[in-house]
Amino acid sequence: MNLWPKRFPLFPETASRLAQDVDQLYFFALLVTAVFSLLIAALIFYFIIRFRRRSEDEVGQPERAGLWLEITWSVIPLVILLFMFGWGSKVFFDIRKPPRGAIEYYVTGKQWMWKFQHPEGPREINELHVPLGQDIKLIMTSEDVIHSFYVPALRAKMDVLPGRYTTFWFNAEKAGAYRLFCAEYCGAEHSYMRGSIIVMEPDDYEEWLATRGQTTAAAKTGADLFSAQTCDTCHRSDSAAQAPILHGLFGKEEQLADGSLVLVDENYLRESILNPAAKVVAGYNALMPTYQGRLSEEDLVGLILYIKSLGGPDSADASASNQATTQASSDREE
Amino acid sequence: MADAHPAGLAHHFESFEQQREASFFGMWVFLITEIMFFGGLFAAYVVYRSAHEEAFVLGSSLLDIRWGAFNTVVLIGSSLTMALSVWAARTSKRKLLVVFLLLTVLLGSIFLGVKAIEYSHKFHEHLVPGPSFAMDHFPADEAPYVQMFFNLYFMMTGLHALHMVIGIGLLLSLVVMAARGAFTPENHNLVEGVGLYWHFVDIVWIFLFPLLYLLGRSA
Amino acid sequence: MGDQMTTPAERKRLNYLNADYGVKSWLLATDHKRIALLYLLSITVFFFLGGLMAVGIRLELATPAGDLVQPDTYNRLFTMHGILMIFFFLIPSIPAVFGNFLIPLMIGAKDLAFPKINLASWYVYSIGGLFTLWSLIQGGVDTGWTFYTPFSTTYSNTYVIATALGIFIVGFSSIMTGLNFIVTIHRMRAPGLTWFRLPLFIWAHYATSLIQILGTPVLAITILLVGAERLFHIGIFDPAYGGDPVLFQHLFWFYSHPAVYIMILPSMGVISEIIAAFARKRIFGYKVVAFASVTIAVLGFLVWGHHMFVSSQSPFTGVVFSFLSMLVAIPSAVKVFNWTATLFEGSVSLDTPMLYALGFIGLFTIGGLTGIMLANLGIDIHVHDTYFVVAHFHYVMVGGAIMGYLGGLHYWWPKITGRLYPVFWSKLAALVVFVGFNLTFFPQFLLGYLGMPRRYYSYPEDFQVLNVMSSAGATVLGVGYLIPMIYLVWSMRYGKRAGANPWGAVGLEWETPSPPPTFNFDETPTVDHEAYEYTSPTETRVA
Ligand code: HEA
Ligand code: HEA
Ligand code: HEC
Ligand code: CUA
Ligand SMILES: [Cu+2]
Repeated sequence: MNLWPKRFPLFPETASRLAQDVDQLYFFALLVTAVFSLLIAALIFYFIIRFRRRSEDEVGQPERAGLWLEITWSVIPLVILLFMFGWGSKVFFDIRKPPRGAIEYYVTGKQWMWKFQHPEGPREINELHVPLGQDIKLIMTSEDVIHSFYVPALRAKMDVLPGRYTTFWFNAEKAGAYRLFCAEYCGAEHSYMRGSIIVMEPDDYEEWLATRGQTTAAAKTGADLFSAQTCDTCHRSDSAAQAPILHGLFGKEEQLADGSLVLVDENYLRESILNPAAKVVAGYNALMPTYQGRLSEEDLVGLILYIKSLGGPDSADASASNQATTQASSDREE
Repeated sequence: MADAHPAGLAHHFESFEQQREASFFGMWVFLITEIMFFGGLFAAYVVYRSAHEEAFVLGSSLLDIRWGAFNTVVLIGSSLTMALSVWAARTSKRKLLVVFLLLTVLLGSIFLGVKAIEYSHKFHEHLVPGPSFAMDHFPADEAPYVQMFFNLYFMMTGLHALHMVIGIGLLLSLVVMAARGAFTPENHNLVEGVGLYWHFVDIVWIFLFPLLYLLGRSA
Repeated sequence: MGDQMTTPAERKRLNYLNADYGVKSWLLATDHKRIALLYLLSITVFFFLGGLMAVGIRLELATPAGDLVQPDTYNRLFTMHGILMIFFFLIPSIPAVFGNFLIPLMIGAKDLAFPKINLASWYVYSIGGLFTLWSLIQGGVDTGWTFYTPFSTTYSNTYVIATALGIFIVGFSSIMTGLNFIVTIHRMRAPGLTWFRLPLFIWAHYATSLIQILGTPVLAITILLVGAERLFHIGIFDPAYGGDPVLFQHLFWFYSHPAVYIMILPSMGVISEIIAAFARKRIFGYKVVAFASVTIAVLGFLVWGHHMFVSSQSPFTGVVFSFLSMLVAIPSAVKVFNWTATLFEGSVSLDTPMLYALGFIGLFTIGGLTGIMLANLGIDIHVHDTYFVVAHFHYVMVGGAIMGYLGGLHYWWPKITGRLYPVFWSKLAALVVFVGFNLTFFPQFLLGYLGMPRRYYSYPEDFQVLNVMSSAGATVLGVGYLIPMIYLVWSMRYGKRAGANPWGAVGLEWETPSPPPTFNFDETPTVDHEAYEYTSPTETRVA
């Protein structure tokens, strides 16, 4: 695939509808910029010619009262700005807020590569294959410093931080390979922390998945970890005596010991595993040991995927089938 | 023109009043920068405390409240002697001025001495942040945040102590000048300036003490 | 510098330059005018050093492959470029040189309120500079001028502490300058010089000083925390201790956004002076422009989060910061309109300072309006950390602030040295700078929207054409900066003598001889009129 064609573009390619929204907003802002810059330039040129100094001791005319002028040229920009602010915020929320039912992929950034985890199991480095026309949500974290996930063709980016999850979503409408950059400076090879998002027709994608051969779904790996790390000695599916049952947990509002409610999302699960005492579930003691330092970022992702595969508050079937992973999590979004 | 200036009035000022106002005003502006300086730390403290309440309460219970309270009293006392020094300078009581300044120095040194005792205790208890921090004294999942508490404790009290050391240095130079009779009722701006500084450093402590030693403790 | 002034004709009149000779009389000077010159010399050194790094950057980026220098070297180049240019050149530039020189002159005082603190500030600046140079010689630092954690605290193995210490120290010189200005403007004004009779240059510096004293201490403590984390493992920002790396960004930008107004406000002050002088007219809407400076300074403290729209701060926080950033643009817009309106029915002459001032208005408008795009959430999510941002800030800092600085240099040079510079060369240089500047940085807007991330030392091939244009422009720009260096130095010896008021401008600084005597005025002036009173017939040129 000719990923880095030799040419001289002046405008980036566009891979999604939201990218076009950004472009429209940009064109409007560009228009405002051009109009005001040209207006100022034109006025300056006119004035310096029309009012050029004609004799050595000539002085300017005294100022004429100008309050209404001051008000006009404060209010007009203000109105334009408020309009652009509203529009920009709308586009921003569209880009930041993943829709319900997006397929979830996991991304780990580290100096200096991108690691991807498909819900179906395959792992990739620096290349992410995704199906066309699907809502795709990336749940991202970093193993070391801050990186930033940037796909110009989607006109969007999001920082990737150590110690927490951030999300990025898109729905690509055109098949093709799109550049992925790391946009947050992260050390020596920052400029080589590049990759590509390869958007494929759904059939091609299935085919591609098949060529990846026998893989175990991420949730399945997580299930193995769940017993390997002896989580299942306390968290059992039949008894909540020792520790909360994790079935049907993801996406619900959990009642904490201090009376507050929290939404169970990836960041909550992460915290519950790494720092259990921070938020103790009502009715339990803070017995759970911390797993800080005992799990890699990938292990964590596996565990979280597994817990998510155990269903959410409104999924009737809370059994942990691999297929249910995507299905169940889609029902729960937001 | 400059020759016509009376002694003690810098060449670029028109009058003693102008000189006095300028130095006062300058001191206040300086104290505002100091507030912003400590403000950054207080902001970090508030952010982290609200995120890790328990660990911070745990950390604060390891501080010795008696030393803290004792030091608070000492500092308030030193503010009083400082205020008396200014009064003595204003009314040109040279001997009293020296005495009060020395008393302030003494109280400030007591404060620092107590702080040194506290610090050395923390060293023995391995409560100083870094590789030797006593992580295993605490529940594993709280330990990092207890350490964070001590990070902030040492940064905040350390910077405060540094300000005290500077203040004591300033006071000592005032003592020398006062003994030489450098201050007159018209011109004792330095005493007033250092006084403002000293009160400011005390006030910082008045915030630090409850924040670090008291909050959440009764529970 | 001083001994060129000793022609017999000149000796009859003592001025601040020839009043005293010898290294000591300079290094121990408490005269604000001499300190200004010390600063002028030092910041020029740092400007050319920073410029040299820029040359390195642009050379590397002339080809897409990372072939000229190692990635590590490149990262140090742009980091040191940013640090030298911002902390050691642009922030001190106008305040420490022209502010120092002119504030006492403009308000009819003999000196700043605290001359010794003023001298100390230069020493502090120099010590900070030496620290930074030392770390540069050791190998420099590669964190970017923004020092983001955890990279700076844990991962970088370059001279972070030495450099950070340099910035920490230089910060205090900035605070001292700000403190001095505030007290001076409050307490040292000549009789009759009320607040609304002050030149707008003074208002601008007043606003700048507010930011310096309120913002810089926060930077100081932030740097201290980074240093403590690196040295003593006091991990305030380290996620492993429950620290939050994003808190660092908040603290950093809490200073560094207002700091961009430390850079632009003094320049705006210079522009007001120049426009008034060369349109021979009071600045339109004087009070509005004066208040706009203060408004910018105050609102500037509320918008820092617009550097962090994709940092994982909550989207709602982002919306608030976006909104406030839009508001801060209004006073800037008002200033631009008021300057333009001043030209209307003025008596406009296009002397060299005026060329720079007009260049400033045009380039600052473009830079500011692209700032608006960045403040727009929907656009910033795409162009954040790309060359679009790089282009934006060079438009405001180089196209704006430095244009103002050069304008001021050409406007007050006759006052500072008592000499005129060659007209032809100075106008040519202004033109070269303008053309070179646009050629360098305009292509970067296109690059940014195309998606080229900043701090990349190697990039995809299809970005090359635009990058080559930019590198070519930088060469032109570099030449444009060299020309004034040459003729200004030349003019100190061979330039024609300037009279007290070569431009026929009004303002107290033009009422005293050039160069001014040590105590500025033989007699403290009394002021009974507004600033920029060009209605009465002006003195004819003394040139
Ligand atoms: C002198 C320095 C300076 C100045 C004055 C400004 C001025 C402004 N800046 Fe800029 N900025 C920087 C220096 C500066 N900036 C730097 C150094 C960075 C990058 C730091 C880094 O990451 O390394 C940066 C980055 C930066 C960002 C972050 C981008 C990112 O990283 O994603 C943003 C986002 O909001 C922004 C916004 C603004 C705005 C809204 C203004 C406003 O103040 C501009 C106001 C001016 C005008 C608007 C022009 C005049 C208006 C008119 C003539 C009329 C008409 C008006 C309208 C219709 C609105 N700037
Ligand atoms: C006041 C601030 C200031 C100034 C004046 C400049 C001036 C210039 N800057 Fe810089 N710049 C910054 C502040 C500034 N910059 C900051 C804060 C950053 C961000 C750093 C970071 O990411 O951490 C940055 C980053 C930055 C980058 C992005 C690097 C990257 O992200 O990878 C680039 C790239 O083109 C660049 C270019 C230039 C150029 C060409 C000039 C020119 O204007 C310079 C012109 C000057 C000279 C050329 C020197 C003088 C002339 C000679 C010595 C003669 C000999 C030379 C020739 C004939 C060529 N700058
Ligand atoms: C020693 C027993 C024990 C072990 C082992 C254990 N947990 Fe827990 N866990 C608990 C207890 C008790 C709670 C409830 C109190 C609390 O929230 O801290 C809990 C809470 C949780 C929660 C939050 C549940 C909710 O309802 O909000 C999650 C998620 C979780 N554990 C996951 C795990 C995972 C994953 C592992 C293994 C890697 C694990 N636990 C190992 C005892 C344990
Ligand atoms: Cu990863 Cu830049
Ligand atoms: Cu900003």
